[in-house]
Amino acid sequence: MENNTVNFENVFNDKIGKNEYIEPKDWMPEKYRKTLIRQISQHAHSEVIGMQPEGNWITRAPSLRRKAILLAKIQDEGGHGLYLYSACETLGISREELIRQLHTGAAKYSSIFNYPALNWADIGAIGWLVDGAAIVNQVSLQRTSYGPYSRAMVRICKEESFHQRQGYELLLELCRGSKEQKAMAQDAMNRWWWPSLMMFGPHDADSAHSADSIKWKIKRETNDELRQKFIDKTVAQAEFLGLTIPDPDLKWNEARGHYDFGKIDWEEFNNVIKGNGPCNKQRLEHHVKVHNENAWVREAANAYAAKKAKAAKGALVA
Amino acid sequence: MSNDNQFPLWEVFVQAKSGTPYKHAGSVHAADKEMALMNARDLYSRRNEGTAIWVVPASAIVASSPEEIGSFFEPSNDKAYRHPTFYEIPAEVKHI
Repeated sequence: MENNTVNFENVFNDKIGKNEYIEPKDWMPEKYRKTLIRQISQHAHSEVIGMQPEGNWITRAPSLRRKAILLAKIQDEGGHGLYLYSACETLGISREELIRQLHTGAAKYSSIFNYPALNWADIGAIGWLVDGAAIVNQVSLQRTSYGPYSRAMVRICKEESFHQRQGYELLLELCRGSKEQKAMAQDAMNRWWWPSLMMFGPHDADSAHSADSIKWKIKRETNDELRQKFIDKTVAQAEFLGLTIPDPDLKWNEARGHYDFGKIDWEEFNNVIKGNGPCNKQRLEHHVKVHNENAWVREAANAYAAKKAKAAKGALVA
Repeated sequence: MSNDNQFPLWEVFVQAKSGTPYKHAGSVHAADKEMALMNARDLYSRRNEGTAIWVVPASAIVASSPEEIGSFFEPSNDKAYRHPTFYEIPAEVKHI
């Protein structure tokens, strides 16, 4: 028995070492499974909760074109949530349990979605910065060691490009518009920049889960590496818009070949994670409320399926 | 009287390379799932085509019907804005 366990673990480590992928039926360390469930479910919940700040603007989109785009984008976020829930379920946890963990607070979602979308430019900033940061993270996760998670990431990355581009295009329109419109864009930039940097999580030295995740190739790059990548590619995009990044310490460092940037307010980050962000309560309450209000839809679908099954059985007997 | 039972049909999905999606390869007949898996291996991975195989009872697969394909997929026909190329981003803007 003990020999078998050792062998399974060797096979697993060997696969990880050779950059092969782990599939649902493969043996895996219990902590690998748990880490994946935590990360993938958090990712799935983020997609679904992330529909709320944008959904807030569907009825107030300034044109039919923008409304259709926003609807399509939010629909995609729901779809991304579904890809990820399915990937997570291959690890042996049920959808019901995943939702229960979200509702009890046992599972988290990205703290960025606890900020409100206050003006129309926020929809642009969410697409450009929030989805931009998510893309940097998700491109890296396409090479995660767990097969179903990797495949979900490949699909999601293909779709995210539209999300980011529509956001940038929206901001470009505002920045080329009136003084007031440009000011709206700058205001959104000011409020979304720092929370977007926080999306990558704590600095590597302070990250509780980083070491195992890197060892098992669940994550292929660290929080700090990904954050730097995002900053490096975003600065020029902000300059083109004519927007100022709200960080006086942001400066190109020739020697490093990267931008240096200011200190992130981790107190704010931890405070939002603990539940004290501007919208934590509202986001979760809304999810619970809608879930409960729609119980009748699930009941009706079950009743209809049972009725049809019964009719089919009757036809067979006859 | 000979027993002419050909066994149920199973659909075979093969993963060509570690991490890639399972793709439909074809089907086999088999009396149970173990036989289905062995038959699938014998028929569809003779030249090391795969790293893993799924077999699924053909009766468990629900498929869209060819006659209705037009109306079935119609809802996405007029939604060009779901594609990134719908958005005009100036050439000077990189990495987006």
